[in-house]
Amino acid sequence: MKKLRRTMLFAPANNPKLLFNTPIYEPDCIIFDLEDAIKIDEKDAARNLLAEALKVVDYGNCEVFARINPLRTPTNDKAPFGELDVRTLVPAGLRRMRLPMCETVEHIEELSILLDELEEKHGIEKRSVKIQASLETVLGVENAREIAACSDRITSISFGSEDYTKSLGAVRTKEGSEIFFARTQIVVAAALAGVDAIDTVWADLGDLEGFKKEVRSTINLGFVGKSCVHPSQVKVVHEMMTPSMEEVEKSLKIVKAAKEANIENGGVMQIDGKMIDIPIIAKAQKIVSLAKGAGLIK
Amino acid sequence: MKSKMLLNKVGREIPSYIEGYKKITLYKGVFEGQIEGRRYAPLKTGSRPGDNKLLYNIKEAIKKSKLKDGMTISFHHHLRNGDYVLNMVMKEIAEMGIKNLTICASSITKAHGPLVDHIKNGVVTGLETSGLRGEIAREITENNILRKPVVFRSHGGRARAIEAGEVIIDIAFIAAPTCDPMGNLNGMEGKSAFGAIGYPIVDVKYAEKVVAITDNLVSFPLNNISISMSDVDYVVQVDEIGDPSKIATGSTRVTKNPLELLIAEKAANILIQSGMIKEGFSFQAGSGGASLAVCKFLRSYMEGNNITGSFAAGGTTAYLVDLMKDGLFKAILDIQTLDSAAVGSLLENQNHIEISASTYANPHNKSCSAHQLDIMVLSATEIDTNFNINSMTGSNGMIMGAIGGAQDTAAGAKLTVVVAPTMRKRIPIIVDKVTNIVTPGETIDILVTERGICINPKRIDLIEILKDKIDLISIGKLKNKIEHLTAKGNKPDYLDNIVGIIEYRDGTVIDIIKQVKI
Repeated sequence: MKKLRRTMLFAPANNPKLLFNTPIYEPDCIIFDLEDAIKIDEKDAARNLLAEALKVVDYGNCEVFARINPLRTPTNDKAPFGELDVRTLVPAGLRRMRLPMCETVEHIEELSILLDELEEKHGIEKRSVKIQASLETVLGVENAREIAACSDRITSISFGSEDYTKSLGAVRTKEGSEIFFARTQIVVAAALAGVDAIDTVWADLGDLEGFKKEVRSTINLGFVGKSCVHPSQVKVVHEMMTPSMEEVEKSLKIVKAAKEANIENGGVMQIDGKMIDIPIIAKAQKIVSLAKGAGLIK
Repeated sequence: MKSKMLLNKVGREIPSYIEGYKKITLYKGVFEGQIEGRRYAPLKTGSRPGDNKLLYNIKEAIKKSKLKDGMTISFHHHLRNGDYVLNMVMKEIAEMGIKNLTICASSITKAHGPLVDHIKNGVVTGLETSGLRGEIAREITENNILRKPVVFRSHGGRARAIEAGEVIIDIAFIAAPTCDPMGNLNGMEGKSAFGAIGYPIVDVKYAEKVVAITDNLVSFPLNNISISMSDVDYVVQVDEIGDPSKIATGSTRVTKNPLELLIAEKAANILIQSGMIKEGFSFQAGSGGASLAVCKFLRSYMEGNNITGSFAAGGTTAYLVDLMKDGLFKAILDIQTLDSAAVGSLLENQNHIEISASTYANPHNKSCSAHQLDIMVLSATEIDTNFNINSMTGSNGMIMGAIGGAQDTAAGAKLTVVVAPTMRKRIPIIVDKVTNIVTPGETIDILVTERGICINPKRIDLIEILKDKIDLISIGKLKNKIEHLTAKGNKPDYLDNIVGIIEYRDGTVIDIIKQVKI
């Protein structure tokens, strides 16, 4: 069964309470932040705290990510904290990380080489540490297709709209027309590479209707998940990204009938007077997979 | 007198004799205490045509009431952190040189800091209250400044003790937001309106003398009478009796804290799954935190299923008033109004009903509203594996809370749910033994936390109903799970001095509080 990544809930890694408590909101993924949310003089403490938490806290069904610091500065010099984050957290148990400000395949390769070394050194299964590439600049979005497909470590690519619009010189709006191109570029790249596309955060916690509207448009575009900045967003996204039982039952019927008629790989059939072909079967299979992941069906 | 240690029903060691306290009766069980004797009655006084009750100032009222060393005076806390009356009266008393008084208050709040000096100076040598916080609480727990135990009673227990004559009030001082010259008064009108005046409705019936202190003197007769002139001896007009903006302390709004909302949502779900949320159900929730937020989640279920509750009770918030206005509850039984937005409802809506502390929760009444409750939602500072609740002391032994109506409503409600986070500041809330027992575990049915839901094993019926609908965990297992994250909390060291006695609502002793060794 495919792992669901409907929600990636951010939590600053320097807050001990959140290291304990974030899983209780039951996001599909937690993303402990070592980057933007942590002041420079707290980077070391946050990293060490997260390393200890990874050793003792049971995160249950949540997939735990760390947003590490970048490995490179904007001028491509070696950045101060990123490598240390990886060297400390992987031996402590971290198996998923978001690489921020990822712009080129070289960024992924550099991180992958580091992970090769750590997996070897600490007896961790080879290639088991996975990467989510965060595309949040014009160059990163431009290279989305190559980045998404460059490594078996890449399981997903995510979009960061704030830095992206800054690098583009665009004005960030709630309506989001300025990021429409980037979003579509990212979902297309993810689909081609067979990885998940995760949408950017919605920061205005007071505007629930705006948030719902954005999540709806995120789903329609083809994103499978949304980065969340507050626990209250998790339930909203889950409700919107989880199919209704009516949809699930209809999809189960299609999948079962397609299998029985042996047309899963080509062909056409009729169910309740409607024509069913490959794309419809594929959509039904996706809904069944989502329903299983969300625990609606076994 | 020689004292030996005795064990009460909840396993607490209680001395057979405590200096400065009545004859000890051990807690034996929720409804096991004997009901004996008659109600107390104060001496009769009469009146004549032309009598003038309106005095110049508080000092004159104290003199006319013949306050003497060693007497007991009472106050109420409806103005909560904005109360001026207790401090004004005590200042006059101290200046008059009267000493050795016992204060019997419905509660002591953060507004009453000056009491520390009155205690240190010997003006006040006895304290009986529902709760204690702030500097006085610290001075009493750490330094035993009172040199005898504070007697803690629930709201129902206080009403019972007054009516039984266990507490004889010599003078009751009433903060009256609106009062006429004969002493007819209410709490719901005037610049310092606080709403229902449920606590002193008891005091005025049993006190030897009653002094109403008002900042809104209106002509006779007042038309909205909560306390009648037939129970009031004197009236004093002052500039201000308090600051009503300090009544609400943030605990009266539905929380935005995601953890509290999560707990509240889980609690609401379990109430729904239990089948108790049905037409005509009655409900009470403590103010603040997750308790009040439970209402928010029940609202949508009630609306969706066309359910109307019979009554909601307790400290009344604007949120509760909105539920009634929207037709989700037929009535509110109000002893204490917790925010100014709810005060107007008491005046305008005949289904918003003011009740006394005795009608609310006195177990020795022929009825009380706490016993009519279907559901009570409580919060707690600690809970032990026998479901005993502490809402009085912190895990460091410091007094910092209150009994309030917890004992009364937990005993009365068909279903009592405790909502609490599993840890506060990384201190575990579920423990082997609570620092002090306030509400006995036999009256607690369900604990709802963010990390698990536990049902008291004595409620086999509830477990049967809920086991297939809700993920349940035993309280012992949940405790171990939390201690894996927090480790066991440290227990405080105590000295031998007893600084507090926690009475159960029937007047038996459920626990004692000892002086903390610093």
